[in-house]
Parts: sequence; structure tokens; C-alpha cells
Amino acid sequence: MNKTLLIFNHEFRTTLRRTAFIIMTFIVPLIALLGIGAYHVISGAVKPSEEITGIGYVDNLGGFDQYTSQGNIRLVPFNSSDEASKGLVTKDIKGYFVISPDYLNTGLINFYTLEKQLVPPPATLSAIKDFLSSNLLAGKVPQPTIDLVKAPLNLISIRVTETGAVSPEQGGYGNLLVPGIFSLLLVLSIMFSSSYLIQGMGDEKENRLIEVLLSSVSVRQLLIGKVLGLGAAGLVQVVVWVISTPFLLGLASSSIGGFLKTLVVPPSFYILCVVYFILGYLLFAMISTAIGAISPSAREGQQLATIFTLPSVAPLWFSSAIMLFPNSPVWVVLTIFPITAPVTLMMRLGSTDVAAWQIGLSILVLLLSIAGGLLLTARIVRTYLLMYGKRPGLGEIIRNLRNG
Amino acid sequence: MLAVEVNHIFKSYAEKTAVDDLSFSVAQGEIFGLIGPNGAGKTTTIRMMLDIIKPDSGEVTILGKKLDEATKNSLGYLPEERGLYKKLRVMESIVYLASLKGMNPRTAAEKAGPLLAQMDMLSSQRKKIEELSKGMGQIIQFIVTIIHDPQLIILDEPFSGLDPVNTELIKKMLVDLRNQGKAIILSMHQMNQVEELSDRILMVNKGKAVLYGDLAEIKTKYRSNAVLLDFEGELGEVPGVAEKREHKGYVELVLDDKTTPNQLLERLVSRSIVINRFEIATPPLNEIFLKVVGDEHE
Repeated sequence: MNKTLLIFNHEFRTTLRRTAFIIMTFIVPLIALLGIGAYHVISGAVKPSEEITGIGYVDNLGGFDQYTSQGNIRLVPFNSSDEASKGLVTKDIKGYFVISPDYLNTGLINFYTLEKQLVPPPATLSAIKDFLSSNLLAGKVPQPTIDLVKAPLNLISIRVTETGAVSPEQGGYGNLLVPGIFSLLLVLSIMFSSSYLIQGMGDEKENRLIEVLLSSVSVRQLLIGKVLGLGAAGLVQVVVWVISTPFLLGLASSSIGGFLKTLVVPPSFYILCVVYFILGYLLFAMISTAIGAISPSAREGQQLATIFTLPSVAPLWFSSAIMLFPNSPVWVVLTIFPITAPVTLMMRLGSTDVAAWQIGLSILVLLLSIAGGLLLTARIVRTYLLMYGKRPGLGEIIRNLRNG
Repeated sequence: MLAVEVNHIFKSYAEKTAVDDLSFSVAQGEIFGLIGPNGAGKTTTIRMMLDIIKPDSGEVTILGKKLDEATKNSLGYLPEERGLYKKLRVMESIVYLASLKGMNPRTAAEKAGPLLAQMDMLSSQRKKIEELSKGMGQIIQFIVTIIHDPQLIILDEPFSGLDPVNTELIKKMLVDLRNQGKAIILSMHQMNQVEELSDRILMVNKGKAVLYGDLAEIKTKYRSNAVLLDFEGELGEVPGVAEKREHKGYVELVLDDKTTPNQLLERLVSRSIVINRFEIATPPLNEIFLKVVGDEHE
């Protein structure tokens, strides 16, 4: 069997068997699952309540006697605050509000409840608002107008082409969501794989196994086998996460699940995401290997790797700025700069049409960086894997690369 | 065909010259001792032979050509400091590293069994490397070095950390391998151990060759005109003996320039002394080393 394939096979299988890898693979969906559970508990939506909730009111102004059924909330009239208070104490109602005689001038409503809360729950608030506005307008305007006042805007944004025709590609949250998910996966994958690569290189360097390996295979075979083996393991991890996503979203809530089903994302979008994912991974794998080679210990290597992983993640911090001004020259530069390119481009793809020349140039720069990275990393590995002890300074590395 | 041919290799790091114009060759079917004190440049020389690092100048040929994938499969290397994948099991480690030498994994597993049995380690084949003692780990690494039947075996400090029983076992295996026609390079700083195994040696100091050639010839060349004698009776004054050094169990007689060991033996026999041991003294390698290095300093 080809030696690169043997190393690939070995790295892939040993990584899959690593306890840390197994934990990481399953902990991400598990954290998402816990997050969903926590969200449901906090929002009180673990079981959507079908029960009718009673909210009492005392009408001191008069005229508020229609529209007492608002969804699952029933508005119950009381003659006085005392009666409403009794109903509250006996738990017949969850709370009550008082419409004061000067309500039309002040809009002031006092809400009484046994709960400790800043404002009533959104559903209660919305029911009270609709009840008040409907009664205020009742008899003065037709029913459809009352309905419009309650929900005056049903906005549908349609993108047109330069000829004025409706564009086949429509923007929207879906287009933001997919690149968002891909950039997050890329970032996670980069961080885990980078740490495995640095750890692996550090271990082989520390126990001098590297010398036995290099007496059997070339530096290039070792590097390619390692990077692709770990990359394949990283891909397995991502696949597990991606497969678990629909299940998690289904759990998250039917509304989000339904929203996702309506997403229309062009295939070219996915292709670009996958291309950038692979290119980004390869670039960082090369950087991590080089760092593993020059670092005296795995821990120091991890610290050094942060210098490269932080800029790669940085575009995520500015995601809102990228969404609002996706064609700013700053993001164009970051799209072409190889370290920030994958995440920046994925984020921009969701908000705008990135010019073809920018994508082409960015892919070219990434490919060149990977090829150059491979050659440079091979030299670094050859020079530094056998040097044990103190980490060399940048000047020394450059000098040695020039001489070596 | 020579197993190794090294021509005028140089290697320097920053301000230090690690290997300075070294040339030597190793024939098939011989044990070649690469000796010198710590930091003499032995390991750097080996790494250049294995193409792990490149020489600044000079040439290395292994089994008649420049090192490539095929020749890498024909050599076995045991580095100075040993290490294996800690989490991997013994058999998995042997099979994986043997497969990187072009060996079929099944053949490797079949061959590993008898080798483990020979080393009395068959029961450990399913253990993880991290569960083994340092010495046991070293034996596994020795098996990894020879399992693929290499034509050239390079061992850097092979006996450090091994107990006497395993040291003897490995020495015997090395002699057997030499007799099968393999070329073996033993790199060691403990020169006395090299003496008993090597056919030829290269002694290096500060990156330079200080002695190179047939071990017996070198020892003869540096032989002092002395005899080691264990006897019973009264020795007294013996003509031709310039100096008498007492050692535990024997006496070393340094002869003058005009007397040969044969003449001394005749004189001793004529005195009716009971002779238990009569041996022409050859200086140990480390003494020769000190002498050569001392001469260079002068």
C-alpha cells in the first residue's frame, strides 16, 4: 500500500479512537440539545399550553365589553378591584388590569398579578393590547380595518434584477443561516483539528518517533498523510454535526423547522461553502503542522496557534457589520487574505453577491498559500522536528529556511 | 556493493560545526562501530545517512544509490532516544511501523510472534506501549528495527537502559544478523562495548574522524609493549621489563624496546614460575581515544 495512504489510514483510525475526539464529536450536538432544552424551559414552551388563561379587568371607563376572547386568553370583566383581587387570590384569574376613567387621555393601565415580573408575558401583553384597540375602534371602523390596525405590516421583500424582473435568487434569513452554520463548523473544525495536529506532532517529536517515521517515509508523505487523515476524521465529526442538525432543529421548535424547510439556497452556494471549508481546513492544517514542528511542547504549540486561529475567527465577531455593509473594502481585503478568507467569504455570501473576481482571486490565493504552505512546512518540519528544546525566534526560522 | 558510502560530509548549525569532512564506508556482513564521546557528531552523521537532515555538502550512498523509498525499506533504524505511540498496542505498533517499511501487515504480524517469543515478550503483545517498562519498550523498538529483514541496520546506543540478560540476547542476535550478511552500524559512546562486537570502527571527536579502520589493526597499532601476567611463585627482577604495574589478580609488565613478549615468556618459563595467564596487553578503545585526542591537542 502507498505509504501516504498508510499514514492517512493510521492517523484517521487513531483519531477516531481518541477519547477527546469522541467526546468532542458528541458534545457539540449535546450542548445544542441542552441549549434547546434550556430555551424551552426558560420560555415556558416545553409543552405549548392549550389551556385557556383568564385575565380579569375592571372597566372604570366603560365600553370595553367586546373581543373578550383573544387566542388562549379570556378577558373576564369584574365590577370592582376588590372582586378582581378575590378572583386573583382564588386563582380564578392569573392577573387583572384596571382601565381608569381618564384612560383615553393618559393610556394608563395598572396590571395586578401575584407573580414577580417586570412586564406581563408577551402573550398576555399582546392579548390586552388587541382587546383594548379592538374595543376602542369597535363600531367606528369596519372589522377588516380593526384587524389591520392590530397587524398593519406583512412585509415581503422581493429582489429584482437590473432589468426589473424578479430575481431567481432571493435574499433572506436562510441565506444568512447556511453560511453562518458553515463558518461556525469551519471554525470549530479548525480549532479541534489544529489541536490534534499540534498534539500529534508534539508527541512524535517528544518521544523521537519522528526519527523512525522519517527513516521510513519522506517528510512530504508524512505531512500529507497526517493532514488528510486528521482532515478526514474532522470531516466525520462535521458530518455527525450536520446529520444531527435537522433532528436538533426539529426538536428546537416546529416553527423554526418549518421556516428551514422553506429555504431556497442555490446549489452554487453550497458548493462554494464546501470549497472554502476544505481550502480553509487545509491551510490551517499546514499552519498547525508547522507550529507543531517548531514548538518544544504541545501546550506551547497551542498558544502559538492562537495567533492564527484568532484572525480566522475574527470575521464572526463582526458578522453584523458584514451583513450591513457586505461590500466594504475592508471585507473585500479580508476575503482575499487567506487566513480570514473562508469565514469572511461565507458570511458575505449570505448578504450580497460577491463579485466573481473576488471569489476567483480569493480561491487562487488560498490554493497558492496551501501549496506554498506545504513546501514551507516540509522545510520547517525537516529543520525543526529534530531540534529539541527552546522554540526558535522568527528571525532564526526565516534565516534557517533561507539557508536550509 | 557497499552498504554505506559517505564522502566528505559537512554539517553545521549556527556557530557550531557538527560534522566536519567525514568519509567512511561500511561493507555488507560487518559490524561497524561509530564511536566517540557525547556530542561528537555521531547522531548527526546517522541522520544525514538516513536523509532525515541534509548535509551542507558531501554525498551519502546507501546500498549503492542515493536514499529513496526502496532503499528506506532496506534499512532499519533504532534512534538514540526511544519512543513509540503510547496508546497503541504492542502488536499494532510493530505491524504499523513494519508496514511503513513496505512489509505486508499479515506477514509482519506472523513474523512478530516468534520475535516476541524469542525476547520472552509474547504475553505482552496485546498490552499498550504505555503499560510497558522502559526496557521492554526498547525491545519492541529493536524488533521494529529488524522485523522487515533490512540489509542495513543502524543502532544508536542500542544497549542503554537494557538489563544484562537482554543486552546479551541482542548482542547475540546482532552477531547472527552479521553472519547472515547484514551490515550493522553501532553508534555508541561506551567504547568498551563496541570493542567486543565491531569488525571495523570510525572514531569521531568534535565532528572529525580521529581513527578509522580495522579494529584489530588499530589496537595493534596502539598496542603498548606490555604483557598481562597471572602467576604463582616469586617473580623477582626480570630482564627486559622496564616497569611493573600491580593490578588486582594480575600484573602488567611493560617491556623495554629490545625485548619481545616471546623472549619474556621464555625467560619466565626458564624460572619455573607457574603461569596461569599470559596475554599481550592491548589498550582498550577509550584509552586509545584519550591518547589520540590528547596527541591532537598537543
